[in-house]
Amino acid sequence: MISLPAPKPDILARRDAILTDLARLLPADAVIGEPLRLRPYETDGLAAYRQIPLAVVLPRTTAEVAAVLRYCHANGIRVVPRGAGTSLSGGALPLADAVVIGLMRMNVIREINCEDRYAVVGAGVTNIGITNAVAGNGFFYAPDPSSQLACMIGGNVMMNSGGAHCLKYGVTANNLLGLTFVTIEGEVIEIGGRHLDAAGYDWLGLITGSEGQLGLVTEVTVRILRGPEGARAMLAAFSSVEIAGAAVDAIIGSGIIPVALEFMDRPCIHACEAFAHAGYPLDAEAMLIIEVEGSIAEQEMLLDRIRGICARFDPISMKVAESAEQSAAIWKGRKGAFGAVGRISPDYLCMDGTIPTGELPHVLRRIGEMSVQYGLGVANVFHAGDGNLHPLIMFDANDADSFRRAEAFGAEILKLCVEVGGCLTGEHGVGVEKRDLMTTQFTRSELDLQRAIKSAFDPDWLLNTAKVFPIDDNPKLAA
Amino acid sequence: MKNIICPETEEALARVVARAHAAREPLVIEGHGTKRAMLRPLHDLWGKVGSTLSTRNLTGITLYRPTELMIRARAGTPIPEIEAALAEHNQQIIAEPPDLRALFDTEEPATLGGVVSTNLSGPRRIMWGAMRDHVLGISAVTGDGEIFRSGGRVLKNVTGLDLCKLLSGAHGTLGVITEIALKVLPAPEATGTLSIRVPDVAAGVAALSAALGSPYGVSGAALTIGAEGISALARLEDFAESVAYRMGRLREDLAAHGDISVVEDPRALWRAIRDAKPLNAAPEEAVWRLSVAPSRAPAAVASLRAAFAEKLLLDWGGGLIWVAGPATEQAHGAVMQAAAAAAGTFTLFRAPPSLAASVPVLPEEPLPLAAIARRVKAVLDPAGVLNPGRMWA
Repeated sequence: MISLPAPKPDILARRDAILTDLARLLPADAVIGEPLRLRPYETDGLAAYRQIPLAVVLPRTTAEVAAVLRYCHANGIRVVPRGAGTSLSGGALPLADAVVIGLMRMNVIREINCEDRYAVVGAGVTNIGITNAVAGNGFFYAPDPSSQLACMIGGNVMMNSGGAHCLKYGVTANNLLGLTFVTIEGEVIEIGGRHLDAAGYDWLGLITGSEGQLGLVTEVTVRILRGPEGARAMLAAFSSVEIAGAAVDAIIGSGIIPVALEFMDRPCIHACEAFAHAGYPLDAEAMLIIEVEGSIAEQEMLLDRIRGICARFDPISMKVAESAEQSAAIWKGRKGAFGAVGRISPDYLCMDGTIPTGELPHVLRRIGEMSVQYGLGVANVFHAGDGNLHPLIMFDANDADSFRRAEAFGAEILKLCVEVGGCLTGEHGVGVEKRDLMTTQFTRSELDLQRAIKSAFDPDWLLNTAKVFPIDDNPKLAA
Repeated sequence: MKNIICPETEEALARVVARAHAAREPLVIEGHGTKRAMLRPLHDLWGKVGSTLSTRNLTGITLYRPTELMIRARAGTPIPEIEAALAEHNQQIIAEPPDLRALFDTEEPATLGGVVSTNLSGPRRIMWGAMRDHVLGISAVTGDGEIFRSGGRVLKNVTGLDLCKLLSGAHGTLGVITEIALKVLPAPEATGTLSIRVPDVAAGVAALSAALGSPYGVSGAALTIGAEGISALARLEDFAESVAYRMGRLREDLAAHGDISVVEDPRALWRAIRDAKPLNAAPEEAVWRLSVAPSRAPAAVASLRAAFAEKLLLDWGGGLIWVAGPATEQAHGAVMQAAAAAAGTFTLFRAPPSLAASVPVLPEEPLPLAAIARRVKAVLDPAGVLNPGRMWA
């Protein structure tokens, strides 16, 4: 288990006074202090970790967020920002002495401009909500994390979220123009704007993916893109992981960048097929889902080329969707992969390393060996084009030893990702989950440098404390 | 400059910076120095006291994995060397960085470190992102001589604070980048371009917005403005069958915007736009770049024309305005005013030292951000030795 810093006793002791003060700063319905009503905020998508916060506030405006931050800063109170609470790395896990600032009520779409291809939205607008708002004009917001029905753009910015389609369209950082940013001192700063590439330092790039360490984001200007004429998926199944990996290399090497290129191993194929009945090949060791875009004729042309490439690798089977419905069926299994694994195991941990794609066979072989060693099942799903690997480690949360082994197994996978030239996290963020592994990817002096930059924004370390950076060697967090 | 130091290793470079830090002596950081005349004139500011630190001897591609869409090279590697290596595998630098030798009247090509440190992107930026969007990892040296790495060599990485983006476009003021891993993509099989004759800038921007709002993946959208008239240019890059099909469809979609012709040598045309050649800036003139939301461009152009400007070139769907004109404070004031009125940003891209040293070459940061910037600068360059005064006085 990851440890959390000792709560500040003086803050805990002043809890009632703090609630009274917050109620003066915000409308009555925006401050939550009763234990029963705090419970929904005790955890996020990393449900193994739970902590009831000191209080929860649900501001509706940037000014209210600024007022809360100014107050917390003046009183030395820790702050945990929260969107929809879908973080898989514990990014929104509360602390006992912290005020959780929930951004879900900041859900107004302020402006849509298709001529200039941007939308200005509140941090609490859901990811899919942006696309839904612009779809009538043929536009969409490109990054599509699996949680896109629930997750909010403010959280996407804080974690620099990705998704299955970012091989072509990039991640959150590549699809932003501007932010309304609030510092821990309560200063409101407009970063960027409605234009490309603001002159001066790239604060937009630094803040995106900063996991709430530098400040809060209350409003976001996103780029919106016109959708393609159409899209279609195909399946290709192979007799080994190595062969499927070689097919991926050959597709990319041919000059085709599919809009999505997903890889599933045998356990994952079986779990998803049992759940989605998508017609996945149960005799395969590895399967690719490949999606292309364009007119019907362009889809045919690209899928013909891809089929030709896959044919060189002795596929067990190939299936091209003949309709939008068949494409949707193919995707249903993949998009439900986490839920599907949840059906065959009481609990699972979803890991998120990235590896150089050429290392896939070696890494999957090692994960298979670890699975035996730890006595826990694992299913692998992989964004094959960009090397982002999601091993789902199956365990039983009611069995403490099973959970301990699952965490150790996950840590060993992530260390392997770093060892082969990859990284600890491709899109889920460090959060609390991978905090103590940061020393495997960064040297002490590199971590000190990042911490010093955090200190430049948040000198007292009040913002999302105990996430991202190891705490055991951090004098700022001494009790 | 007293001297120019060209270390051959990252460690040697770090020692040079550490010595400068200890002595509190400014360093002018550059690659081949092609953009020496960009922003504020450091050679004039520090000519008597400082040294130049060049990455020109830190060269070579250190890793290239075509199927992993990644190339890594030392900062001083010339861009043409990287482009040639990529071309062997039919790949390219995504952001299409400009070759500004003509604009800056220099002979040597830009280096990878130079284009990343200035975050300069060409026409493809509108569709595929800026130079900084494709920086996967860097190795760099802080202003007190510490070597550090950020990012890595894989396409998706959210581990820790993204210092790659912070240093991209920081003009060497927050660290000396020594090595860069870059995402690359396949080069298109075919390129096609439509030229739409439009009556004025507003009509041109409207045509480009229609092109960029089409489902055909337009990867270049520029407006040339000359004595022969105004042309809106829309580029398609893809497989040959797709380009042929999409050119036909786009032509139908844009028919209402003006007379349309097909450009004969589109690659040469887009190279010229990338390098701001149609601007025809005279050697003594200043050159500015403004970035605005495209729909604000016609008003910005009108106010620039009213003040001084006859030489204009628009890219990025109209959002990037290149303008050349007299190197005077009045002209600069008009640019600042036009950018502010359009809620956009400006860069004094090229000017004689007399002008560049006496005006803000970039917009000032708002006060609370300037305070944060000072603290971040103090972390990465505590003695302020790296390119002091490059961006702001």
